[in-house]
Amino acid sequence: MERAEKLNLQKIATRIRLGIIEGTFHAKSGHPGGSLSIADTLAYLYWKEMNIDPANPKMEGRDRLVLSKGHTAPALYAALAERGYFPVEELATLRHIGSRLQGHPNMNDTPGVEMSTGSLGQGISTACGMALAAKLKNEDSRVYTILGDGEIEEGQVWEAAMFAAHYKLDNLVAVIDNNNLQIDGPITEVMSSYPITDKFTAFGWNVIAIDAHDFDQIEAAFKAAREVKGKPTAIIQKSVKGKGVSFMEDQVSWHGTAPNAEQYEQAKAELTAALAALD
Amino acid sequence: MADVKKIATRESYGNALKELAPKYPNLVVLDADLAAATKTGIFKKAYPDRFFDCGIAEANMMGVAAGLAAAGMTVFASSFAMFAAGRAFEVVRNSIGYPGLPVKIGATHAGISVGEDGATHQCCEDIALMRTIPGMTVIVPSDDVEAKAAVAAAIEHAGPVYLRFGRLAVPVFNDPETYHFEIGKGITLRDGKDVTIVATGLMVNEAVVAAEQLAAEDIDARVINIHTIKPLDEELIVKAAAETGKIVTVEEHSVVGGLGSAVADVCAEKCPCLVKKIGVNDEFGQSGPAVDLLKLYGLSSENIVKTVKEVVGK
Repeated sequence: MERAEKLNLQKIATRIRLGIIEGTFHAKSGHPGGSLSIADTLAYLYWKEMNIDPANPKMEGRDRLVLSKGHTAPALYAALAERGYFPVEELATLRHIGSRLQGHPNMNDTPGVEMSTGSLGQGISTACGMALAAKLKNEDSRVYTILGDGEIEEGQVWEAAMFAAHYKLDNLVAVIDNNNLQIDGPITEVMSSYPITDKFTAFGWNVIAIDAHDFDQIEAAFKAAREVKGKPTAIIQKSVKGKGVSFMEDQVSWHGTAPNAEQYEQAKAELTAALAALD
Repeated sequence: MADVKKIATRESYGNALKELAPKYPNLVVLDADLAAATKTGIFKKAYPDRFFDCGIAEANMMGVAAGLAAAGMTVFASSFAMFAAGRAFEVVRNSIGYPGLPVKIGATHAGISVGEDGATHQCCEDIALMRTIPGMTVIVPSDDVEAKAAVAAAIEHAGPVYLRFGRLAVPVFNDPETYHFEIGKGITLRDGKDVTIVATGLMVNEAVVAAEQLAAEDIDARVINIHTIKPLDEELIVKAAAETGKIVTVEEHSVVGGLGSAVADVCAEKCPCLVKKIGVNDEFGQSGPAVDLLKLYGLSSENIVKTVKEVVGK
């Protein structure tokens, strides 16, 4: 990837991170940790990979993203706002009564949200349905879904994994966000979902392992996924929960806690400095 | 009188899907390894490219159905009621109900008339579960004519629909020439002034038979077929409550949360009167021939006659 393009994506990802902090601070709740870990992935998907039109969110034949790890809605909302689906200022209404930015995404409320998710393990099944529909309609559109490494403890994920391989949904990409932390602690202590790559390989998927915060690797993975025929692709991305905010990084306590005023200012200062450094 | 033709409503369901397929090129059908039993196999045989077996994985099937519907397909998802409404409940609630996606759930083998398979497969809780989901339409057809009409109406309906079908062959009593189905509109099959019998599903025919016997004993029973439990035809229920003063509900479902509860809710608020519920009395079923089980659990014209007599005090 060229330097200028990478810098641009890094800036976008940093602005998404600022949006996550903005939303969760004003909501006084929400899930910043797992939102911050997928900011780079969302930047690549919405600015480079997906065929979408923010001015026409229901465009025929568009690509779709289903955020299966729906609790990280702050990241999705920040990406959609930054991409132009709705005003960035609206992020401050997250989780407020009457806001179209619900605690977990609802497809009927928010432009650009393709599926209502939040109950873990369900988004990937709906993504399978969308990928199958694209095939039945002879569209060359693609479907993306992002799951957590804790989320894949849900049995329904593996029902969906079987389905996608059985019906050869090569227009489907599932990103597994492997930040190694779930609410109760490290996944290795709570309920290990490892080895993740071996599991998806055994279920008949094309599997690619990457660093979630390296745009060269992200690009290579999504490009490689397009070349694979007859199999869905799983991108297992090793990520840092809380990425980009020093005191949130790799801390399980930031799974579902909002920053207070002091922490909000510090997080904003760090991310603003990071943004300036990219200029 | 000539022998009445008997058809299981699951058979009607499979036939309706096949008959409607040419009219709806976007119609696809999902099943969870029960196509031969749910009768979606009839559709599968005619349209193999539009049938997708999901294997024994009902939760994923409901999610796949939601995704297909979100992408503009007309989709039916089928399994036994126990698994469609029971096992997959939370997926139906969150992936179909909450976004209001127009998935049609074809649930067969509902109620005690599953027969020999026994309690694990005799779902008497599905109406209760499904009617708690905001925006879910719940339809329980009484015979072949009504079942086919319900499938056609469900396709045209903009929201999610739960259709409840049975395993047991039941008499075809509705006249296909004159029958008219409308979601949410109950049908008065017999007028009466002493008491109203409100029935759904395979109990509707039993209610008609019971009313005829009651008439011979000078009890004038009104019979209402409530094929749509949700939205309930409140106007028809309130009118019956006001005019006959007493209501007996009959359903092949638990007395907890089904037709009887829905009718009692309406009467309590809008026209208080005695509502006596006939159904499965908060207990599990057991193995046995379907017809014998229905009798054993009081789901028969004989028990309707007995109960109505008690209610009217004769």
